[in-house]
Parts: sequence; C-alpha cells; structure tokens
Amino acid sequence: MEKFIVKYFHLIRTIIAVLIGIVISVLIIFIISKNPGFSLKSFFLGPLLSKGRFGNFIETASPIILCGLAISIPFQAEQFNIGAEGALFIGAAVGTAFAVSTHMPAILHITTVLLIAGITGAIWGFIPGILKAKWNTDELVISLMMNYVAYFLGLYLINYHFRDKSAGFLVSYELPKTAWLAQFVPGTRIHLGIIISFAFAILTYYFLYHTTRGYEIRTTGINKNFARFGGINVFMVIVLSQVLGGFLAGIGGMTEVMGLHRRFNWQLSPGYGWDGVVVAIIGRNNPIYIIFAALFLSYLRTGGQIMNLLSDIPSEMVVAIQSIIILLITAEAFLERFKYRITIREAKRKEAIDEPNN
Amino acid sequence: MNPIIKSILSPKFIFATIRVMTPILYPAIGVAITALAGSINIALEGIMLMAAFTGVMVSGFTGSLWLALFAGVAAGVAMAAILGYFHLQLKADIIIAAIALNMFASGMTIFLLYVFAHDKGTSSSLKSLVFPSLDIPLLKDIPVVGPMLSGHNILTYFVFIAVIVFYYLIYKTPLGLRIRAVGQNPDAAESVGINVKRVRLYSLLLSGFFGSFGGLYLAMGYVSWFSRDMTAGRGFIAIAASSLGGNLPLGTFLGSLLFGIVNAFAIFIAPLKIPSEFIQSIPYLTTVIVLAIYSINKSRKVKREVSE
Repeated sequence: MEKFIVKYFHLIRTIIAVLIGIVISVLIIFIISKNPGFSLKSFFLGPLLSKGRFGNFIETASPIILCGLAISIPFQAEQFNIGAEGALFIGAAVGTAFAVSTHMPAILHITTVLLIAGITGAIWGFIPGILKAKWNTDELVISLMMNYVAYFLGLYLINYHFRDKSAGFLVSYELPKTAWLAQFVPGTRIHLGIIISFAFAILTYYFLYHTTRGYEIRTTGINKNFARFGGINVFMVIVLSQVLGGFLAGIGGMTEVMGLHRRFNWQLSPGYGWDGVVVAIIGRNNPIYIIFAALFLSYLRTGGQIMNLLSDIPSEMVVAIQSIIILLITAEAFLERFKYRITIREAKRKEAIDEPNN
Repeated sequence: MNPIIKSILSPKFIFATIRVMTPILYPAIGVAITALAGSINIALEGIMLMAAFTGVMVSGFTGSLWLALFAGVAAGVAMAAILGYFHLQLKADIIIAAIALNMFASGMTIFLLYVFAHDKGTSSSLKSLVFPSLDIPLLKDIPVVGPMLSGHNILTYFVFIAVIVFYYLIYKTPLGLRIRAVGQNPDAAESVGINVKRVRLYSLLLSGFFGSFGGLYLAMGYVSWFSRDMTAGRGFIAIAASSLGGNLPLGTFLGSLLFGIVNAFAIFIAPLKIPSEFIQSIPYLTTVIVLAIYSINKSRKVKREVSE
C-alpha cells in the first residue's frame, strides 16, 4: 500500500484535489439551493440524462482538448504559453475568412481551411517563441499582449469584411457547406471535431514520447543547460514548441466554427485557451491524460449549465471549483508531508524486514 | 475644423485620458512592486474584480462608503495573500496559481452576484454608492487646465498620490530597499539575512492593496455598479504598462498614461467609423515592440560584456 502511494503520488494528489473540489461544490449546493437533491442530480447526472445534453458534453470537449495540447507542448519545454486564446481566435477568424471566400471540393476545403487556421495560430506562437529564444524576451507578457492583438484584428476582419449583414447579429457569413465538419450523431451536434482532437492528442503523444524532437523538447523542459551541453538546439526547441502550440490552438478554434456554429460568432474571446491551461495542469501535460481532463472539465461545464437552467445554482460555480482544483494540484507542497510520512514508514518497514536476515 | 479633431484637442480629451488611465495605473503599480521583488503577479485581474464586487455589495447592503472601501481593500489583499500562501508556502507556480485565482474571481463574483442580486449580468438591482468627485477650488476656474484636472473622482486624485507613495516606498524605506535587493539577487539578499519569502509576501500584499483601489474605482467611480468580468483585461494591461515603464514609478505612470491616451482616442474617434479595433490594438502592439527592443538591447549589452 505505502509503496503504491509513493509511486502514484502525483495521481493520488490530483484525485484528492478533484475530490476536494467536488465536495466543496456539494457543500455549496446544499447551502444555497432550495432543492439541493434536484440541483445535485442535474449537476452530476445531467449530461447523461438526455441525448442532446450528452452531445453538449462531447462537443464542448473538442476545443478544450486541442487547447490543452496547445498549452502542454510549450509547458513540456518549460515555456509559458498563455497565447492559446489569441491563436485560437485569430486562427478561427482567418480560417473563416478563407473558407467563405473560396470554393473547393469538400475534403480539400476542410483540410485547407484547417491548415490556414493552424498556420495563423502558429504565427501567433512564433512571435513570442522567437523573441524568447533569440533575445530572452518574457514570453508570458508577449503572449498575453498577442492575445489582445489577435482579438482586435480578428474582430476587425470579421466585423468589417466578412460580416453577414442580413443575420441580425454580429456574425460572419455562413461557411460554404464544403467547409462544414459533419455532425455525425443524430439528435446531437457532436461533430468531427472530437475525432480530430483525439487524433491530434495521439499524434502529440507520439511526437512527444516517441520522436527525437519530442525528446529534445522534454529534455529542454527538465534542464535547459543539460540539454544545451548535450547538443540539443535549445533555440529551435523553444521556437518549435510555441509554433506547434499555436498551430494546435488555431485548429481548435476552427473546428468549433466548422462543426458547431458554421459561422464565426464570437464577439468575446471564448476562453478555451484558459481552459487549455486548466486541462494541461490536471493532465500533467500528458496528451492522453489531457483527453480525460478535458472530458472531465466539459462534463462539469455541461452539468453546471444544466443545473443553471433547471435549478437555482448558477453555472459559474464550476469555474470557481475548477480554479480551486488547479490551485491544489499546482501546490507542490500540498500533501507533501503526507508523502514524507508514508515514505518514512515504508523505509522503516523495509528495515524491519531486512534486519532478521542480517 | 472637423468636430472630432476639435473634440480631441479640447480639454475634455485630457479629462477622459486621466479617467481611463486610473483603473490601469492602480494595478500597474501593484504589478511593478512585485516585479521589483523579482516575481510576477498576473492575478491583478482577479484582485480588482474581487475588490470591485465586495465594495459594491458592502456599500449596497450597509450604505457606508467607508465600510465598502475597507471591505474592498481587504478582499483584494486577501486574494494576494492566498496567492502568496500558495506560491511561497505550498510552492505552487505563481503564474498558474494566479491564472487559477483570476478564474476563481471571475466565477465567484458572478456566482455571488446571482445569489445576492439575482442577476448574472450587473448589480443594477442593488444600489451602489460611488466615491465622490471633487471640484478643486481655484484650479477649476483656470481656463483649459481647470476642465482637464478638476472634477475628477477622488480615487483618481488618489492614484497620483499612490505613485508618489510607490516611489517613496521603493526608494526611501528599508522595505523598499529589501524589495529591490530581493529582486536583483535573491541569493545575495538571503546571504545578508533578508527573509526573501517574507519580502516577496509583502510585495504581493502591497500589490493587492494598490490593485484593490483600481477595482473599487472601476465599480464605484468609473461606473456605479458591478458587472461580470468588468475589469476586461485591465489587470493584464497593467502588466504591459509597468513593463513598458521598466517597473519604475515614473515609467509605470507614463506607461499607463500611454494606454489612457490610446483608449481615450479610441473613444473619441468612434463616430468617425474608423475601425476602433485598430486603434485599440496599438498599445498591445507597442508593448510587444518596446519589450522586444528592450530585450534586444539588453542581450547585446550582455554579449558585449562577455566578449570584453
């Protein structure tokens, strides 16, 4: 038992943090709701109780998975990237502009639009990446600023050049059907985006853990100087990790537009980039864990929205809860004493076993 | 003359600039203080939101402006204390912890707004007090200068004092000296007996203190209600403003002033139908360019020193 705890300490700590978050939400619901039983049910079981809601849960997950991956690659190289939000926004805006002004057969159209969105996002990652690699400019501040530049430029592009004036809202023209991602589960809006995000998660996993470049990224993250002395081109690693991150975020935004709304309809930044940070932390930057973390987060989100709709608890409770979970997971020293005690006990037990043999 | 150019050249423009600069300068001072101590505080967004919300709620329920002020500042400082506890004591990454706190503030304020005011958008159903505006005698009668500088909210005048307090604190007090020492070389500071953790905690608490005023001004001066996510990125803009100014008192002020000018400009040219999106992106682009130039120069200097 002790051995198990020491070995899987990180996993256990994550689970404990999640449990604490859930316990707090249950407490909040009991304190505030007039009908706590019903609120709890709609929160925890809501996404499973109807086909449409289950669909909401799955469709929310796909941009979050892609943004989680987008954040995790630079994180693995110990680079901060909170520019996923901007890369996603500008990627989707430019991709939309390209989609509505071109005509192509379906498969080609989908691929080129996704590529354009990804490349636009990649440019957004390249800027903080190259500045950091070459001149050690703080990538955090630069990527934050680039978020705003992306936001305003994206809005300008859509609202002034591709706005559908007949729509009554500030939205772009509808994408041509050839650029739609099919919604393939009848009765839901689940679209190919989820398949694309799963595919990219597997690709990212393969890239990080089974290729030389991936190894270089992880080594740079663990110890930059060691990597440099070992002959790794740290400059390239920093730029590459940010470019790949931006690319994935751009695709994440675009799949949402192509699969769900079929128009660019964001007047505010949708916040998936920040969700990406959340799932990258919960999933400890491992692409496969990130899938589960994103599913977990979107389950909570969907449950929160259903509860918001049916009962008297606002969905924003989930945002507060998820932030508590993140705080606990990132707190290195949280439960550290517990681990320490367990380790000591384990060592003593071993000693006790070894002694009679001497 | 074109009426819009005329309005930009009028004293009203300067008045507007100072007005929109205020909620950027407060958090910028906060960012600068933590930056001088060698860490970065990107939680000012959340600190301001919490302070704004608490101020509005307390003023709405108690009717006391003083209580609202104290509660708002206490809420902001408490947020900073949580950040400090998680970062310094529980060894959480300060950036991720700050991101979490920003999310927490955004979610929690909307949640509580709904619970207390049964609205998820604004607190309009709850009457919030506002901090008074001041007409400064004598000054207000001077032509041109009077309409620029008189009639501002009391918290706007206070922000100028805050810059001076910041200057005094950093350069003239033992704590300021310690903050700078820790920022420049924490190991050296530690070796002469400075408690690095404690100094960083103080710098975070101070940033929470100054940031809170920004939040309070926003909800109880700039407007007279709380609305969801009303800080709208000002806590992040503050990081740009203080970085632009090298985290020094005068620089931070000038950096915030630049953002004030550009934002006021965007408001004034709105009737022209020039896409305001362009104008609004200027300060962010400027920050990127200035930071890039700054770091290019710095790395050249380092290289030169190494080669000599």
